[in-house]
Amino acid sequence: MAEPQRPPGGEAETEVMTVNIGPHHPATHGVLRLVVDLEGEVVRDLRPVIGYVHTGIEKSCEDKSYWKVIPFVERMDYVSYFFQMEAFCGALERLVGLEIPERAKYLRVIFLELNRIHSHLVWLGTTGLDLGAVSMLWYCFRERDRILDLFEMAAGQRMHTRYFQVGGVIEDIPLGFEEKLRSFVADMPVRVGQYLDLLDRNEVFLRRTKGTGVVPRERLLELGVTGPLLRAAGEPWDLRKTFDYLAYPRFDFKVPVGTVGDNYDRFRVRLAEMVESTRIVEQALDGLPEGPFIADDRKYVLPPRSELSTSMESLIHHFKLVTEGYRVEPGEIYYAIESPRGELGCFVLADGSAKPARVHFRDPSFVNLQAFRDMSVGTYVADMICSLGMLDPILGGVDR
Amino acid sequence: MRARQLRARDMLRGDLEGEELERHVEEKVVMTSFERMLGWARSNSIFPLTFGLACCAIEAPIAVVGSPRYDLARFGAEALRASPRQADMIILSGRVSVKMAPVVRRLYDQMLEPKWAVSMGACSSSGGMFSNYAVVQGADKFMPIDLHIPGCPPRPEAVLYGFNKLQRKIQGNPDQGWRARYGAAGTEEWARGGPRSAPSAEGDEAYLVARELIGA
Amino acid sequence: MPDAPGLELIRGEIEQDHPGAVVDTSFAQERAVLVVDAAQVLPVLRWLRDSPGQGYRFLSSLHAADYLPAEPRFAVHYELLNRDRVERIGVKALLADPAVGDQGEGPRTDTLARPQAPPGQDPQSDLPQIDSCVSLFPTAEFQEREVFDFFGIVFRGHPDLRRILMPEDYVGWPQRRDFPMGGEPVTFTYNERNYG
Repeated sequence: MAEPQRPPGGEAETEVMTVNIGPHHPATHGVLRLVVDLEGEVVRDLRPVIGYVHTGIEKSCEDKSYWKVIPFVERMDYVSYFFQMEAFCGALERLVGLEIPERAKYLRVIFLELNRIHSHLVWLGTTGLDLGAVSMLWYCFRERDRILDLFEMAAGQRMHTRYFQVGGVIEDIPLGFEEKLRSFVADMPVRVGQYLDLLDRNEVFLRRTKGTGVVPRERLLELGVTGPLLRAAGEPWDLRKTFDYLAYPRFDFKVPVGTVGDNYDRFRVRLAEMVESTRIVEQALDGLPEGPFIADDRKYVLPPRSELSTSMESLIHHFKLVTEGYRVEPGEIYYAIESPRGELGCFVLADGSAKPARVHFRDPSFVNLQAFRDMSVGTYVADMICSLGMLDPILGGVDR
Repeated sequence: MRARQLRARDMLRGDLEGEELERHVEEKVVMTSFERMLGWARSNSIFPLTFGLACCAIEAPIAVVGSPRYDLARFGAEALRASPRQADMIILSGRVSVKMAPVVRRLYDQMLEPKWAVSMGACSSSGGMFSNYAVVQGADKFMPIDLHIPGCPPRPEAVLYGFNKLQRKIQGNPDQGWRARYGAAGTEEWARGGPRSAPSAEGDEAYLVARELIGA
Repeated sequence: MPDAPGLELIRGEIEQDHPGAVVDTSFAQERAVLVVDAAQVLPVLRWLRDSPGQGYRFLSSLHAADYLPAEPRFAVHYELLNRDRVERIGVKALLADPAVGDQGEGPRTDTLARPQAPPGQDPQSDLPQIDSCVSLFPTAEFQEREVFDFFGIVFRGHPDLRRILMPEDYVGWPQRRDFPMGGEPVTFTYNERNYG
């Protein structure tokens, strides 16, 4: 527990000052506004004010046919866009009862894990910048550019690739992708070791992160916190291991778990996750099966273009899918996956028409933000900034 | 090259005279107007404001300014400033929501003249794909924007190209490349209050000619 | 997920303690849902969380949906998770819209123009009400505020019920189905010049 410094001998008059941090502030990881009650430098109360990048994505989705929703929901949590695509496409596939082919499952896993590494790199770079370790930004973004090159090679766009579609992925990976990915995978553990070397023996970094921002595990569970925050507190809960979705049960990977639950544990858990993701990508590449990359069901999946000139039925399917889109029987589904920040859940309500009646995302950053108050009350302002960095909120997901 | 070196050495020693001195001065000293020099200095030392709203913020300022591959420092703009009072240029990277618009306007007002605003990406230029109750359909609606960069998100090269165009605009020399190539001079769209914001007969005629040229 | 017979067993046990709470069950696409009456949602949640055999102690998600034109119009969904057995169960609390007139003429269309009453204070308020489960699951705090912000559903007993994502003085409940999508046209100078 931190206490404000008092002058020796005699009572000092103190008052609680309310300070507004943000929404424009170099350290708020997006447009987060914090109204902080400070006594000296100790945080007494904290109220996050959010909504500054609320885009009405969930409402917009009600107006679009199902495949047009995919680019919309991608842009919620704008650093881990493949995860939103997987949550929505997976939810629809379960709602409709569509099985995706094996190759598509493996490809999805490869891209999801690459996106996890990408998200953790962005986190590490920006958090290092917040804490004063400015060179982390440059190193992490060098790696990040390599990942974005891979995305661009496969999908044509660096971010927001709309690569997953209902039924599989939109395109197969091109020639040369595998070699480039293998060289990246070989380099990545070395790089993570270099990041550890940079930060792990830095006295300032260790003093700032060790012992700060501790929230007990039960309180985190009460607050609904999932992801690396929960794992750093000692709870080995990872949806990739507990719910078998896609091809995760076939891969051998560990789930890093911390002990104390302070900011240092969160940092180490995420770095270890980067290495584990690299291993998953490697195993997925080794075991990548041949076959179709998207399901065959013409009711939901576009036929290949080569067929359009020969088969009238394909033309009709293509026309119907592109103009109106497919209709989904009335029903509801909730499907959750493990995104880099925690449990990302997607709720889809279908009412029989070609447009969803309700799309809701249970965003992990939105729920994790409730733990921020517990992390910071009673600590210094500087520790609060450190906790904010280690909390890793992405305001696009918080505000949707 | 060697002759020039020798001449420079002579000048420093005070040995150049007459015609040689004049020739040396012609080669070495640039005569220009004060405004142009000021424009050149301003455009090459822009202080951007650290301001990221949404997805475009990951591409720039972070990937463009803070990345070793697409480096904004080579244009002299690496000194990011957190306080609007010390910044020159605000890059609106991301969708401007209804709740954020007054905040952005206040930030823009706090910046000192001369200042430039760059609207990066489709969302801040025109609301992007989000045509709904929560996003301001273009930051133009509440603040003057000097440059729009299209894309969702724009490639870092596009941002750098836009940045170059902004530099030329600051120098008072906006790029007219493609209009000259297609004979479409006179079809520029100017914001209200600009020199050509009122409809003109030449503008409309040139527009029709351009449409014919492209076969529309 | 509890399978279909397991779901019926749960329903039977809840009926013994709280008769009339569970209105329906639904088991589709391997997802078990208990449809409950909104007035009794807290006892059902407490039973699911605290009963020795159940132990659904983790609230994954709290969200609402607008089923216009079906009646009852709103439903608040609770996604519960039992982490020991790794099972999910959904609880769907149905809420009618009190703004519907007695003659059944449909929801009032002038609710957008009228200033809204402070939440929970006006008993005559025509906003649907349901008990807040923050006392059971503290994670519901932000999520209930979000449901209030977007649908106008008042949670009785919430410590701090006010808008969270829209500006504080916003009028209207954006994610209701009868709220317009919004968005004004973009100002292209060509349009302004030629079409006013």
